[in-house]
Amino acid sequence: MAAHYVMSVDQGTTSTRCILFDQAGRLVSVTQREHRQRYPRPGWVEHDAMEIWRNLEHIAPEALARAGVEPRQVAALGIASQRETTILWDRATGVPIGRAVVWQDTRTDSLVEQFAARDDAGIVPERSGLPLATYFSAPRLRWLLDRTPGLYERAERGEVLFGTMECWLIWNLTGGPDGGVHVTDVTNAGRTLLMNISTLKWDPELLEFFGIPAAMLPEIRSNAELYGTAARAVPGVRITAALGDQQAALFGQTCFGRGEAKCTYGTGSFLLLNTGGVPVRSSHGLLTTVGYRIGDEPAVYALEGPIAVTGSLVQWFRDSLGLISTAPEIETLARTVEDNGGCYIVPAFSGLFAPHWRSDARGVIVGLTSYITKGHLARAVLEATGWQTREVVDAMNADSGLQLSTLKVDGGMTSDNLLMQFIADVLPAPVVRPMVAETVSLGAAYAAGLAVGYWPDLEGLRRNWHRAAEWLPTMPAERREGEYENWRRAVERTFGWQRPAAHPS
Amino acid sequence: MPGSVQSIERAAAILRLLARGSGRLGVGEISTSLGLAKGTTHGILRTLQDVGFVEQDKASGKYQLGATLLHLGTSYLDVNELRSRAINWADALAARSGEAVRIATPLDGKALVVHHVFRPDDSLQTLDVGTLLPLHATALGKVLLAYDTGLAADTMKSPMEACTRRTLTTAAALRSALAKVREQGWAAEAEEHATGQSAIAAPIRGYGGYVVGAISIAGAADRLCPSVAKADQTQVAYVLNAARAISRDLGAGRW
Repeated sequence: MAAHYVMSVDQGTTSTRCILFDQAGRLVSVTQREHRQRYPRPGWVEHDAMEIWRNLEHIAPEALARAGVEPRQVAALGIASQRETTILWDRATGVPIGRAVVWQDTRTDSLVEQFAARDDAGIVPERSGLPLATYFSAPRLRWLLDRTPGLYERAERGEVLFGTMECWLIWNLTGGPDGGVHVTDVTNAGRTLLMNISTLKWDPELLEFFGIPAAMLPEIRSNAELYGTAARAVPGVRITAALGDQQAALFGQTCFGRGEAKCTYGTGSFLLLNTGGVPVRSSHGLLTTVGYRIGDEPAVYALEGPIAVTGSLVQWFRDSLGLISTAPEIETLARTVEDNGGCYIVPAFSGLFAPHWRSDARGVIVGLTSYITKGHLARAVLEATGWQTREVVDAMNADSGLQLSTLKVDGGMTSDNLLMQFIADVLPAPVVRPMVAETVSLGAAYAAGLAVGYWPDLEGLRRNWHRAAEWLPTMPAERREGEYENWRRAVERTFGWQRPAAHPS
Repeated sequence: MPGSVQSIERAAAILRLLARGSGRLGVGEISTSLGLAKGTTHGILRTLQDVGFVEQDKASGKYQLGATLLHLGTSYLDVNELRSRAINWADALAARSGEAVRIATPLDGKALVVHHVFRPDDSLQTLDVGTLLPLHATALGKVLLAYDTGLAADTMKSPMEACTRRTLTTAAALRSALAKVREQGWAAEAEEHATGQSAIAAPIRGYGGYVVGAISIAGAADRLCPSVAKADQTQVAYVLNAARAISRDLGAGRW
């Protein structure tokens, strides 16, 4: 019998990757293709959904060819995707209506303010578990419907479909205009502001609040079940999993138990804590979100703390200040000094995300003296990621009543030993890196494989997880508390810098 | 005696030209100054850019001497950059071999561990990035010595301490071991650094094949490498494959 594999598609913000995994969770082949980032106006970020679908059509067969694998040897396909990105398309032709509006896009800021000013705005956090913010899909969807005359009516008639990225790809894989399946999953649907976090269904009152016709919405399914069989790209392959990328990473890190947490360190960073079978309401600025749901089993919930600027601060240090020539050199430069020299950088480039949610904040560098060198600045850059992690962990502990015992980490910044040690020092808790760095792809593969019995159960997946590195806290408590105090004072100085712009009424 | 290599002469002339005067020149100015075809000049500039000897200004498209040239002989490749480029391959090597992986570069007459991946058995292990290992007593060190004659000469000049009964402590023994490393392309260490522990290492190469570091797996002597002549060949192949993959990523074409 020929060997079988699981195919994983990671549709991310900058590129689409396709990876084949074997039964031990090892990577067999990888293909990748970037897509264009479009910035038509300040604050606007768009993708061409058709370009992304064509990329997948290209790289999925290529991943098979590179490993010499036939489509019939693929046991299942799972998709992890960028979340909250909003796509509309014509059901009959499969052609997207305008560009996909990306999660980073802030064009809906005044629309969100209008929604927030309404008396009944309280139902949004109450039902969806999320604050009313430009980050999520519903305001974007409404913005798109408002912009084109007649679109709303077409959506009501079911001629125009809405979806996030996984939904768009599943619809296309399963045939597009010829019988494409219009489904989404609980983790992606849960980021629209339209899904009820307790019932895991579209909430009629939320649809009413945002003015969204139900006919255009996909059916909400679990993260691991048969959605359909591919008719295109990899014909005959069963599509059995979809998760938002951060939930996929939680799954790939095998954080299956209540109290287990992971943080993915990339451009921004996302810390998710498994809170078990009930949604925990945050009173400390975190998002209540679905972690995952396997078939008919009860959903597992998570608290999420998104941090907007971490790796992108290093990129800024490299590209805008030119103090280093590659991102990893930040560690070399930081090691030229013993400490931050009293300097702190709070990268509130476009406000602060969790746990502050201050859109009026802007970045600051404080504690500058003639003593400060570029080495101190490099330290402050790395420490900003450490302290932002600490703030989110504090909020998680307070909300969940759990005490984080270990933080599992992944993402590009985990190759920075100084940063990983600093995170362990400031939490203080052991920081552990797993052997497979591709946790997002692995998570989608795991969910897809579980659905078809390729992997028997969660325990089996846990056995595939191995520790590649571990950093233990060594910083004296007194120093840690003093530094944290300084960081908090620095954060306070970012608040209120941006004055509200006069919005056209 | 073979004749001189024309493209190297031309590259040298371009570097001299850039080192003189204002420093920033367009490809047209360079080809006119040296009487070369624009295509030829462009080809040489691109190669010089690949190895970091020249840089192109993004805005003007003009060329200038690269930062690498200023640091020739001090740091060829930033160690944190090396770790970042090698991390996925090192993880894969640990997963395949079932052993701990280390990457080292030379520092002050020792091998500096710049990356460490735990043995994938979830036992208690401590990260030893930053540790300095003796060059003569480790597989990592032997690889670094084998491709750096100056470093090897310095090591043999000073007394070579015996870490175990099997450590090579004479210049003659080390010299012949290094010849063997160059001949086979990898190094073995059989209980020469710690009793019961062995290791297999291979060179990581950058542009033009220049050795920038070494990667090793280390584990129990009886399963990995009971004596230098009896290294597990499957494991040797894993190490060589990982070393080649990293080298390819770093731009070492034919490795």
